[in-house]
Amino acid sequence: MSTKDFDWKLVLRSGLLGGAIAILLSLIGIVTGFNETYIIYKVITFGELLVLGPILAFSFAALRRTSSSDSGVRFTTGALAGLTSGLVLLAFVGIGQVINLRAVFVNASPDLYAMLSYNQSLPIGMLLRLLVSGLVGLIVAGFTLLPTRLKQALGQGLIYVILIGLMGRLIGTVMTNWGFVSLLFEWMFASSGMSFLGAIVLFLLVGGLAYWRAGRPKVKPRLEPKKQQTVRWATLAGVGLVLIFLPNILGLWFSEILDNVGLFILMGLGLNIVVGFAGLLDLGYVAFYAIGAYTIGVLTSPELGFFNLTFWQAFPFALIVALIAGVLLGLPILKMRGDYLAIVTLGFGEIIRLLALSDWLKPWLGGTQGIQRIERPVIGLGNFTIELISQQQLYYLILAGIILVAFIAFRLRDSRLGRTWMALREDEDVAVAMGINHVATKLTAFAMGALFSGIGGTIFAAKIGSIYPSSFQFLVSINILSLIIVGGIGSIPGVFVGALALMGLPELLREFAEYRYLFYGAALVAMMLYKPEGLWPEARLKLELHEDEIPPPGDPVPSTEGS
Amino acid sequence: MENVLVSNKVTKRFGGLEALGRVEIEVRKGAIQSIIGPNGAGKTTFFNCVTGFYTPEEGEILLNGRNITGLSPDRVTRLGVARTYQNIRLFKNMTAVENILVGMHPHLKSWLFGAIFRDPRTMREEQTALAEARRMLEFVGLKGRGDMLATNLPYGEQRRLEIARALASRPHLLLLDEPTAGMNPSETQEMVHFIRRLRDELGITILIIEHQMRVVMSISEKITVLDFGQKISEGTPAEIQKDERVIEAYLGRGAASGLGEARAQG
Repeated sequence: MSTKDFDWKLVLRSGLLGGAIAILLSLIGIVTGFNETYIIYKVITFGELLVLGPILAFSFAALRRTSSSDSGVRFTTGALAGLTSGLVLLAFVGIGQVINLRAVFVNASPDLYAMLSYNQSLPIGMLLRLLVSGLVGLIVAGFTLLPTRLKQALGQGLIYVILIGLMGRLIGTVMTNWGFVSLLFEWMFASSGMSFLGAIVLFLLVGGLAYWRAGRPKVKPRLEPKKQQTVRWATLAGVGLVLIFLPNILGLWFSEILDNVGLFILMGLGLNIVVGFAGLLDLGYVAFYAIGAYTIGVLTSPELGFFNLTFWQAFPFALIVALIAGVLLGLPILKMRGDYLAIVTLGFGEIIRLLALSDWLKPWLGGTQGIQRIERPVIGLGNFTIELISQQQLYYLILAGIILVAFIAFRLRDSRLGRTWMALREDEDVAVAMGINHVATKLTAFAMGALFSGIGGTIFAAKIGSIYPSSFQFLVSINILSLIIVGGIGSIPGVFVGALALMGLPELLREFAEYRYLFYGAALVAMMLYKPEGLWPEARLKLELHEDEIPPPGDPVPSTEGS
Repeated sequence: MENVLVSNKVTKRFGGLEALGRVEIEVRKGAIQSIIGPNGAGKTTFFNCVTGFYTPEEGEILLNGRNITGLSPDRVTRLGVARTYQNIRLFKNMTAVENILVGMHPHLKSWLFGAIFRDPRTMREEQTALAEARRMLEFVGLKGRGDMLATNLPYGEQRRLEIARALASRPHLLLLDEPTAGMNPSETQEMVHFIRRLRDELGITILIIEHQMRVVMSISEKITVLDFGQKISEGTPAEIQKDERVIEAYLGRGAASGLGEARAQG
């Protein structure tokens, strides 16, 4: 081992940062907050993981920057980085004994110190803490020395155990719907987190699978076209079956989440046409959602008693009204671009909400009291009819809406109209010079966006049964825009992924109680930093060559140069 | 011989600045002609007036005898004028084929209904358009590049794709704004050859703005010289090279020696 390879500064910096982050998490209160939440029952708590996590992450970062492959250098680097973090924690506890930190940091409680010193007497406990920290660094160093295949297997196994351990309670609620099947999995979980045996089995299972998959050849043999077709249909059928039975598999609570995510997917698909395809930044998109919902409300509610239509009678009117609203908003802003467009659409969204809230329109729209007793959709023929009321029933209505809208969105994207929208987004002047009529093109985009959002609004109204102006806040527009950005602007699958991540994830994070939005925010920031193009970026259709004509990847393709 | 384009005393002002002053240019059918002049001479302004981006304050522009002054850019395109831009303006996040398909826009008809229902007529139209786009790719030497995003193509190929996109609207008159800007000598030579092919094989009339004297002198049948928005000279390359006024008052000493070189080569 040569001292030249060993980077003192790196080790010190990583160790200090790891320790500092661990202290930060402790002072926020998460560490003590989750000291009873086990990941593996009686083995490790989530709180402990939050202390060890940063130490592990930063010793790993230090080792990644260490170019030397000498095991001595690596073990020393890892161990010292871990020990440094441990020393930082030691110093923190030490200071806490002398100065009352609690006056400033509410969470610097005796509980925290006890937890950090493993409920032992202070000297012994802190020595233990120091040793564990060093050990973590040492293990990480050992991990980096392993062959890639093994690293992948171990890493994946670990991640799965942690995730499943955290989600233990959620999985429990889902499993109660499974009847006797749940007995099969019951031994895997304890009253909190996974059971020790369950964790080991899961780790071996996931790790083994990852190890096996990493060993397989990368290039899959190409199937004959006929077999490919069969595989595609089989996959589609499988996905269809899962989608049909999803509410039964997941139960009531998850169905409610699914419904909400579904409504956001509907709206996301619409806004994706306006913002993603045509490049028109619309910040008032919630207006069309409100217009769809209110039209259904006014037309069906017996409380207002104007029309007393059924849901399906009112449905086409709602769509037409939303469509017209889209065109009407489009007209005055045809010449606007970028920021100006955003401000005007934002204003439009607020105007619609304030109109619904106003005393002036109260006799028609109900003002703050909103509209109650909106008709539920009824399906079926003759004597055999079902009123869609429960979340699990409405799920199918939303699913049907999504399938229809996604189908239209895909077709629009791959058409002349879709190309026209994109050309307008890329360079409006040139697009116009190519003979594109920007008035018709923009209005069509707004109209389609409004239509899709209107569909979402009608279903929302039917689902809730009563609507209030407060359901249509500006924040909804922002949420839809965010889910498009997170998923990947202009990407249709991205809307699904984005909606699941943005609307579904916070619900799953309920385990984290009051820290839910902290984790959520951190996840969003991390995502935008490491994957700014979105979770599922848009891919353009291959039009010149068919799949089998694409040149092999070895073919040198020149990179971008010049302007 | 008949003229494809006639500009009659075209004047364009920006505030107090006269960008074009009573400019008269005639482009003969089937010709390759050039406009030269120093930066700010009004060359691109002239292109913008022809294509409808600007409306001249005075004068008129005739395309095949028809007055097109003040028409909107999309109308002018539909009448058969296409152009490229000084700094390449492709639809960057669309593939090469899609860029060409957008260029064909005026000749396609499908809209919302066709997009959603894919009726036979729409499908036929798309198939024909796609086949034509593939041919166009091959013609400009970009075969196999069609599915790459425009932004990922190398510079020279982007120039050619931009020309392909312009050709897709089936123009009678093609305006090229500095087609060889930023190219090395061999790429430039290729481009000159390519421009000739456009005229010879497709029969398109071509008007070029160009800075490289070697290119201008070797390719043009007629050259118009602009300076401060005024036409100061016009004629064949040989005449322009001899025109003392052009060399002394406008091209300057450095360019004059460049002309000497071109003369020696030609």
